[in-house]
Amino acid sequence: MDYLLALAGNQNSGKTTLFNCLTGSNQHVGNFPGVTVEKKEGCILRHSDMTLVDLPGIYSLSPYTSEEVVTRDFVLKENPRLIINIVDATNIERNLYLTLQLMELSIPMVIALNMMDEVRASGNSIDVGELSRQLGLPVIPISAGKNEGIADLLDAVEKAVKAPAPPRKLDFCSGAVHRAIHAIAHVIEDHAREEGYPTRFAATKLVEGDEPMMAALCRDEGDRQIILHIVEEMEEETGTDREAALADMRYTYIEQLCRDCVTRRQETREQIRSEQIDRLLTHRILGIPIFLGIMLLIFVLTFSVIGAPLQTLLENGIQLLTDGLESLLERAEVSFWLRSLLIDGVCAGVGSVLSFLPLIVLLFFFLSLLEDSGYMARVAFVMDKLLRKIGLSGRSFVPMLIGFGCSVPAIMATRTLSSDRDRKMTIVLTPFMSCSAKLPIYGMITLAFFPRHGGLVMMALYVTGILVAVLSGLLFKSTIFKGDSVPFVMELPAYRMPSPRSVLLHMWEKAKDFLHKAFTIIFVASLIIWFLQSFDWRFNLVPDNASSILASLGSWIAPLFAPLGFNDWRASTALITGLTAKESVVSTLSVLTGASSDAQLSSVLSGIFTPLSSISFLTFTILYMPCVAAFAAAKRELGSWWQAVLAAAYQTGSAYLAALLVYQLGRIFIH
Amino acid sequence: MTLDELKPGNSGIITLVGGEGALRRRLLDMGLTPHTRVTVRKVAPMGDPIELVLRGYVLTIRGEDASKITVEPDTSAPKTEDRRSRHYRG
Repeated sequence: MDYLLALAGNQNSGKTTLFNCLTGSNQHVGNFPGVTVEKKEGCILRHSDMTLVDLPGIYSLSPYTSEEVVTRDFVLKENPRLIINIVDATNIERNLYLTLQLMELSIPMVIALNMMDEVRASGNSIDVGELSRQLGLPVIPISAGKNEGIADLLDAVEKAVKAPAPPRKLDFCSGAVHRAIHAIAHVIEDHAREEGYPTRFAATKLVEGDEPMMAALCRDEGDRQIILHIVEEMEEETGTDREAALADMRYTYIEQLCRDCVTRRQETREQIRSEQIDRLLTHRILGIPIFLGIMLLIFVLTFSVIGAPLQTLLENGIQLLTDGLESLLERAEVSFWLRSLLIDGVCAGVGSVLSFLPLIVLLFFFLSLLEDSGYMARVAFVMDKLLRKIGLSGRSFVPMLIGFGCSVPAIMATRTLSSDRDRKMTIVLTPFMSCSAKLPIYGMITLAFFPRHGGLVMMALYVTGILVAVLSGLLFKSTIFKGDSVPFVMELPAYRMPSPRSVLLHMWEKAKDFLHKAFTIIFVASLIIWFLQSFDWRFNLVPDNASSILASLGSWIAPLFAPLGFNDWRASTALITGLTAKESVVSTLSVLTGASSDAQLSSVLSGIFTPLSSISFLTFTILYMPCVAAFAAAKRELGSWWQAVLAAAYQTGSAYLAALLVYQLGRIFIH
Repeated sequence: MTLDELKPGNSGIITLVGGEGALRRRLLDMGLTPHTRVTVRKVAPMGDPIELVLRGYVLTIRGEDASKITVEPDTSAPKTEDRRSRHYRG
C-alpha cells in the first residue's frame, strides 16, 4: 500500500530544506493541475511506500491566492494520509496560525517544530510536551538545516501513518464565534458531507465569508439567509466583523498557548544579527548602491570572470565533438544531406544553446544564495516603490535585472514570485531588457553607421527597451492585469546561511530544466531552421542559403518591413534566424551578403540600410520576440502554449510599432 | 492615528484594521489583529514601504496599506525582547 503525505508550512519556515532532508535528491518537479504553482514530490528516504508532496509555502487558507487555493484543493481532493506541518519555532505565533487552520481539515497531522537549535542557543525554550498535549498532535523538535531530529520525525510519521488519528481538538474558543461555527456546522453538515468537505472546515470558512465555499454548499437561498443571520448575530455580539473575528479567535488562542508553552526571554541570535546586517543592507542611503553593487558583482562573475572561460571551454568541447563526428561521417561516406543535418542542424543549433549552460548554472547558484540567505526579500523591500508604479512589486526587480544578461534564466527566476499576476507580467516584460546576445548586433550596426557614437546608440537602445517595458506595464496594469494585485505584505525572514545541499539541488534542477528544453523544443526549432535554410522548394539541397526556402520566406515578409525602412530579404531572413539565438542575426547577414570581414560587412550593410533605417532595425531587434530558448522558458513558466504565443505576439507587435514610430518620425525630423 | 503615521522606533497598539478583500484578509492573517502591539522599525530607502516588528517577527507593508490600520500610540515600557535589541543598538 502506497501512502500520500503532504508537507505544509509558512514561507521561510525551512520547508524546502526539510523536504530535501526527507526525500534526498529523488524529486520530481511539476505543476499543480491548471495553475503554474510548482509541485515537488519525492519518496521519503528508506520509505519508498511514502510519497511526500511539498505544498506551496503559505500563511493561511484564505481563498485569495492561487497557492492557498491549490493547498486547500490538494488536501481536500487527494486526501493525503498525513500532513507534516513544519513550524518555525523562532516565529511560533504566526506559524501556528496556519496550523490551526490545517487542523480543521480533519487529516492526521504531525508538527515538525523547526529551528529548535536557534531557540535553545538563545536561552529561550519551548515546552514541546505541553504544546503537543494542548494541540493534541505529535510535536517533534527538529533542526532541518543541521539534520537534527529527522530520525525522530520519521518515527513519528511512520507511527501516524500506521495508526492514523485525525486531530481531535477543533475548538479554539468559546463564546459568540464558537456558537456561530457550531450553528452553521449544523445547517450545512449534510451538504458538506456530499461535497466531501470536513464539516468543521466548511463551517469556519462560511463564518469567514469564503465565497467559493458559499457557492459550493449553499445553493439554497434559505440556507444562505440562515447563515447570514447567524453571522450578523455573531458580529453584533463580538463588536467586530466576521473576518477579523476569526483571525482574532485564532491568534487569541495562540497567545494563550504560547504563554503556557513558550519562554521567550530575548530575540534569537539570528534575529539580532539580522537587525544588525539590515542596518547596512537596507540603509536609507547605502541600501540601493549596495544592492546594485551585489548585482554588478554577480554579473561580472557570471558573464565574464567565471562564466566566460567555462563557456569557451564548453564551446571548444562541443566543437571538438562536432569535428570528430564530421570526419567520422565523411569517412563513412554518409550522404551530404544527413551530414549537414547532423552537423549544421543538430550540433550547431543545440550546441550554441548548450554553451549557455554554465551561465545559467552559475546565475542560479548566486540567485539561490540571495534567495536562501533572505536577501531577496530585502531587495523587494528596497526596490518596491520603483516597480509599484508599473503595477508590479519589488520582487520582480531581480528577474528583470537578470534579463540584461539572458532572458532564459530571468524568466526561469520568476518562479519565486509569489503572485501569479506578477509572475505573468514579469515574464512578458523581462525580454524587453536587452540581453547580452544582442550585443553583437549592436556592434555590427554601430560599426557600419555610427562608428563614433557607438556608446550613445547603445545607451539609447537600452533605454528604449526599459521604456517599452514601463509603458507595457502601465498598459497591462489598466487592462488585462487590472483588478486586485496580490497585496505586498511580506515577511523579512532572519538572515541564515544557505544550506549547500539546497543550493546544489536548486542548481541541478534548473540545469535539468534547461537541458530538457535544449533537447526538446530547441532541438526541434534548430531542425526546422536547418531544413528551411538547406533546401529549396523542390527539396533540393541548395549550395548556399540565398536560394533556400528560408530566403524566399524572407523575401515574402520583407515588404512587411517597408514601412520600417528596410524592405530587404536579407534583413528579414536574418530576423527569422535570430529566433534560434539573437547573435545569429549577425552571422546570417554576413553569410547572405557574402561578406568575409567586418569592414566588408559594413560596406554591404550601407546598401541595405540607411542610417535611419538601421536604427529602426535595431529598435525592432531589441524588442521582438525572444529566442526559442527564452520562448520555451516562457511557455514552461506561463504553463500554456497559448499564453506564450500571445506574449511573443505582443512583443513582436510592440517591436513593429516602436520601429515604425522611430522610422516615420525620424523621416519627418530629417526633412 | 494610523500605522503609517508612526515614526520609526515607535510602537502602537492596533485598534482597527480597515481595507477590504484580499489585502485586509492578508493583514489579519499575518497577525495584524486588534490589540496587537506593533513597532515601526524602519522606512525603505525610497520612503516606502515600512518595516514592522510584531509577534516576534519582521513584516513589511506599504505605507498606503498601513494607513488603513488605526493604532493607539504605545509609550509603555517595551517588552523584554525589545529591550535586548535596544541594548544592541547601543
